[in-house]
Amino acid sequence: MAKQRIKLIKQLCKGCGYCIEFCPNNVFEKSEEITERGVTPPRIKNPDKCTLCGLCTRLCPDFALIIEEDEGDG
Amino acid sequence: MANRVLTGTRFVHGDWACAEGAISAGCGYYAAYPITPATEIAERIAQRFPVLGGKFIQFEDEIGAIASVIGASFSGLKAMTATSGPGVSLMLENIGLAVMTEAPCVIVNVMRGGPSTGQPTMGAQGDVMQCRWGMHGDVETIALAPQSVQEMYDLTVEAFNLSEAYRTPVFLLSDANIGHLYERLTIPREEELTLVDRKRPTLPPSEYLPYRADESLVPPMASFGDGYRFYSTGLTHDEKGYPDMSVETQDKLVRRLCDKIRRNTDKITMVETLMTDDCEVLVVAYGIAARSAATAVKQARERGLKAGLLRLVSLWPFPDKLLEKMAEDAKAVIVAEMNYGQLVREVERAVKPKPVRFLPKLGENPHTPGEILEAIRRIDA
Amino acid sequence: MTEEMKHPLSDYLRMDRLPHIWCAGCGLGIILHSYVEAIQELSMDLDKIVTVSGIGCAGRASGYVNTDAFHTTHGRALPFATGISISRPDLKTVVISGDGDLFAIGGNHLIHAARRNVDMLVICSNNFNYGMTGAQYGPTTPLNTRTPTSPYGSIENPFNLVALVASSGATMVSRWTVYHVYHLKNAIKKGLQKKGFSFIEVISPCTTGFGRLNKQTPIEMMRQLRDNTKIMKVHPMEATIDPSTEIIIGDFVDVRKPTYGEILRELEAKAR
Repeated sequence: MAKQRIKLIKQLCKGCGYCIEFCPNNVFEKSEEITERGVTPPRIKNPDKCTLCGLCTRLCPDFALIIEEDEGDG
Repeated sequence: MANRVLTGTRFVHGDWACAEGAISAGCGYYAAYPITPATEIAERIAQRFPVLGGKFIQFEDEIGAIASVIGASFSGLKAMTATSGPGVSLMLENIGLAVMTEAPCVIVNVMRGGPSTGQPTMGAQGDVMQCRWGMHGDVETIALAPQSVQEMYDLTVEAFNLSEAYRTPVFLLSDANIGHLYERLTIPREEELTLVDRKRPTLPPSEYLPYRADESLVPPMASFGDGYRFYSTGLTHDEKGYPDMSVETQDKLVRRLCDKIRRNTDKITMVETLMTDDCEVLVVAYGIAARSAATAVKQARERGLKAGLLRLVSLWPFPDKLLEKMAEDAKAVIVAEMNYGQLVREVERAVKPKPVRFLPKLGENPHTPGEILEAIRRIDA
Repeated sequence: MTEEMKHPLSDYLRMDRLPHIWCAGCGLGIILHSYVEAIQELSMDLDKIVTVSGIGCAGRASGYVNTDAFHTTHGRALPFATGISISRPDLKTVVISGDGDLFAIGGNHLIHAARRNVDMLVICSNNFNYGMTGAQYGPTTPLNTRTPTSPYGSIENPFNLVALVASSGATMVSRWTVYHVYHLKNAIKKGLQKKGFSFIEVISPCTTGFGRLNKQTPIEMMRQLRDNTKIMKVHPMEATIDPSTEIIIGDFVDVRKPTYGEILRELEAKAR
């Protein structure tokens, strides 16, 4: 079975921080980055802790977090 | 299954004829709120629709009625509502939505005396400008004005045809006098009726743009559930139907919505003339007032006065050019309408600088032929 | 949104319209997510769903869903949807709109649609204010709340939406919040399969308007939805709501009654 991982679609992120706050496994943290839209997106700091529960994909109001097949490029 | 088209000749009232006109035209959805003098249309429809499979619903108010009519129209049904002036006042915002989203539908206004609650049981022609300018924003509307029970039937059918052809709400502007008038009505055989259906998309859903029109300026219309999955909004929208607040899109959309009707003014216009070929006094009237005007013109001719009648069967879009041409050789124009000055303004504008004499009438009864004859005589003197 | 990116919900959303117009942290995106995920999990035919909305922030929801969709006038989503539901009983009619649209300007239609038991699912985003126009008080704003049009505090009693809808005759009534995403999705799934007038109130933070007025960040507002809510199986009249202390949430009503359309079809069969 292909490995899956959580992925952030930066263009859709508005930086509300829900994923950082509500992830039960503390996978996300605030980044220093400011995107073209003036948004500070989260950073996936602990990918290994992610259990792919999907809560962040559902709590994200912007469809910016998805679970995708890990093709081993990152 | 009962007959849809009740072919034959009967002695009925105008509201009854209107209901049967709608049924003959293929109306499948009717929503309304009871109001004098239009209620009898709903009563007839409520009786007939269950047998025919049409959907009748009495709403909690006129706003709900018209909103649901637009929903039914986008669901693929020919849809209508009937009311009187106060009801139209409530409906206007959503009639604007029907204009903007291009929902074919028919709105019958059996006019009564206004403003406000006015004279509920008494006829008037005071809502002529309301149906043209009542909505906010730039719109063009189509309005037809029946003068008899027969025309309540015929023009209801025509209203549906125009609404389907141009994807726009069409008003039938009747009044209490005609709505409650009993006369002979002849309903033709079903095969004698000409019925128009909206243009449907021919492109597959992946290529369909709900608001892209060809040179007719009328876009083909998909219905909910057809698989086109279109989005429609009252916001200014592009050809995809998506909201677009740009100046260009607003300009393009509003022009198309208006021009699809303006450019077809000649095609939409319906008039009837009586002895206008050589007339020196041109009488302009519509609806019930035109019946008195016709009698007055005949009486004038008997007295050697060269009068003629132009009866406007359609009021909107206003036939400017036709008026100008018809008034060309006349000394003066008389406008008789049951209000304190509405369509007369359009006539004045169209026939300028020809003198226009206005005959207002307020309160139930139309002008008598004598009143109009007297006006003709004065001009001729 | 770039084309090459395959989003798991791309069949269900109008991806060419994302990002949506809603503010950072606005709960409407979560409601929309729950709605399309519910459709996905039920494997429903997108051709057979019509999504209707009124005016306001929530009114924009219909524009992002890849079903037939219509953005009506303010307050008139329900009668518009009634027209569809009666004309096309084979389609699932869904209304997504806000508390102001459905209960203030459209309040009369709401009680009558519930009374008639018109077959439709209504998802009402309740953010306790008129968000799009700048956080004015509305029919759900708690008493004493300061807003631009109630600068001394609101002096009006708010509606309890679930109690009102249930007493008007709705056959399914639930209240969840955008924090309770799994409960919310399950309620929507139930509503999508239900025959009859189904109503789901979803408490949702207005982060820019109401939040800023009350000096709350989006995260604080979400925490409140987590901490101040209590899931209970109570009569809707007892499902009290006070956003600053306690909000009772849950599925409150689920009964089966003949729908308007079903009764109409029976009448038609008899009339013939």
